Amino acid sequence: MHQIKVVRNILLGIENLLLHKLRSLLTTLGIVFGVGSVVAMLSVGEGASKEALEQIRKLGSNNIIISSIKSIDEEAASTTHSHMSIYGLTYEDHRRVAETFRTIRQAAPVKLMRKEGRLGERSLELRIVGTTAVWFELVRRPVMAGRVLLASDDKGSLPVAVLTEFGARRLLAGEGTIGQKLRIGSDYFEVVGIVKSESGQAGNIQIPDQEIDVYIPISVAQAYFGDINTRRTAGTRERELVELHQMIVAVETIEDVEPTAGGIEHMLGRFHKKKDYLVSVPLALLRQAEATKRTFNIVLGSIAGISLLVGGIGIMNIMLASVTERTREIGIRRAIGAKRRQIIGQFLIETVVLSIIGGLIGIGLGVIVPSLITFFSGMATVITLASIVLPLVISGGVGIVFGLYPAVRAAKVDPIVALRHE
Amino acid sequence: MNAGAAKANDGIVQLENARKIYQMGHQEVKALDGITLTFRRGGFWAIMGPSGSGKSTMMNILGCLDRLTSGQYILEGRDVSELDDDSLSELRLRHLGFVFQSFNLIPQLTVQRNIELPLYYLGWDASRSAERARELAEEVGLEERLGHRPTELSGGEMQRVAIARSLANDPEIIFADEPTGNLDTATGEQILQLLVKLNEEGKTIIMVTHESHVAVYAKRRLHMLDGVVERIEGDG
Ligand SMILES: Nc1ncnc2c1ncn2[C@@H]1O[C@H](COP(=O)(O)OP(=O)(O)OP(=O)(O)O)[C@@H](O)[C@H]1O
Ligand SMILES: [Mg+2]
Repeated sequence: MHQIKVVRNILLGIENLLLHKLRSLLTTLGIVFGVGSVVAMLSVGEGASKEALEQIRKLGSNNIIISSIKSIDEEAASTTHSHMSIYGLTYEDHRRVAETFRTIRQAAPVKLMRKEGRLGERSLELRIVGTTAVWFELVRRPVMAGRVLLASDDKGSLPVAVLTEFGARRLLAGEGTIGQKLRIGSDYFEVVGIVKSESGQAGNIQIPDQEIDVYIPISVAQAYFGDINTRRTAGTRERELVELHQMIVAVETIEDVEPTAGGIEHMLGRFHKKKDYLVSVPLALLRQAEATKRTFNIVLGSIAGISLLVGGIGIMNIMLASVTERTREIGIRRAIGAKRRQIIGQFLIETVVLSIIGGLIGIGLGVIVPSLITFFSGMATVITLASIVLPLVISGGVGIVFGLYPAVRAAKVDPIVALRHE
Repeated sequence: MNAGAAKANDGIVQLENARKIYQMGHQEVKALDGITLTFRRGGFWAIMGPSGSGKSTMMNILGCLDRLTSGQYILEGRDVSELDDDSLSELRLRHLGFVFQSFNLIPQLTVQRNIELPLYYLGWDASRSAERARELAEEVGLEERLGHRPTELSGGEMQRVAIARSLANDPEIIFADEPTGNLDTATGEQILQLLVKLNEEGKTIIMVTHESHVAVYAKRRLHMLDGVVERIEGDG
């Protein structure tokens, strides 16, 4: 019974607003833009966080990734003929890092190389990672078939190979490939498993298993292929001596990530003459995302705040005009027996309905804007239930706040004055 | 009811030394200057008097739209002089009906919705209200006009809608302030006939007019002058 009455009051409010369609619509513009900004703000923020979390999931939140990089003068020298570049992380670095920091749980060394490979009839250049069993604990991916590398593979220098999903596809390998021989260079490896792989860029950090075809034990890689890579490009022959291309280090807790990264940076700085390494922290992506979120929150939040304020004042203004226009109506209702609070209710409902209609239009706008942002800037946006409900509540709140004064003014109308015949 | 209230019992409306004083700067305007008076149940009164004599003031007080400066107002045996705004609204809603010189219909609402207005505040549901509105429209002869807006009606029709509205809550008393003031003589006569009929059906009617040809429809005529009752004529 009570609910029916509320619904009826709302319908009456809508009816009254429809008497002045254009006026009502213009009045709500502030609310429309205000609410639209709130929706856009929430969805951009949500998108940034979600994207960062997704990237961190791929990289491992407790991981630190240290990569070998060619220093700038090395880069310049390498253009001359038959020069050999020597740079990057060493086996010694790996041992030292793993042993020095108590916060480090595990460390996986990574050696990258490109070799001619052949599986059955298929032959192509493979991108190969030499690493240990630890890799598969730090870069967790589901196993699709067989197994991953084991500690014993490395210790026993067994010629085994694990394909990535990507590598398997290139080699036309499937479950039946397990147990077959994969030729790398002039050596034979037994294929023991296939693991899923992730691709894509996470901020400015590369996903570790992107563009990798095969994993082999690092001891085997070192013994069979050595540390020198030769790359032929358009007439020049580039030779590089790199012991380790990467190290992936996992710490105990998230709190340890940044202090440990700092420590590693400091330690490598003491042993390397040149800056030929880069320490990157996936967790930093979250901070980056929060910074993006904050910037958007400040910009859109101010737009939202100002629009809602202007919108609210606009609505208050129109409702005050409406109260003046409808003084006689109010007087009639009061004479008939309407109580003050019923008059307040009538005008308040009208204002709230007006601002919620504005809010709904704004939400429509706010849903379109984020998809435009995604389209033009590639920034991820996510619309959640909260990013729709909250703005709706806000618009209702604006209606109540700015409708209260006009409604109270309406209730103060003296029926005797209002009804005095002109 | 105790013995002391016996007198109050037959008087539906009683004023005891009623005063209404307006303060205009340093000057006091005594719109009602100590009136003691009883209106009996079932009466049809015309309040008359020259402009400024206090007729509308009297009507506003009796209609619970305004409060006395001093003295007592007893409505149906109940002292209402000290009631707050909400209680006065409640009294108007349940017991009183109003008809005004300028009709005072809400222009945006249809005839039906205008008639239903008191029922809305009484909390009636839509279908019962619609039924009641139809009955009342029939009673004043406007059942054809329920879907029209007031602006589409003649003055006499508008005043009949206003009367239908004043009857919606089945009031004990109907107050009519110059109900024929904006109507031509013939139309005014129809409206007065309607009021006479309602009085015959048992409604107490209190009407303000300054025209004697209107006042003759009432059973009793009360002449006011400068805020006091000058004389009363007629009986019933
Ligand atoms: N709100 C007010 N403030 C000050 N004085 C008022 C007010 N209302 C009425 N008065 C004064 O009270 C006196 C009685 O006024 P009232 O309106 O009751 O007269 P009336 O008999 O209805 O006159 P009319 O025939 O012109 O309608 C007048 O002198 C009027 O000026
Ligand atoms: Mg008057």
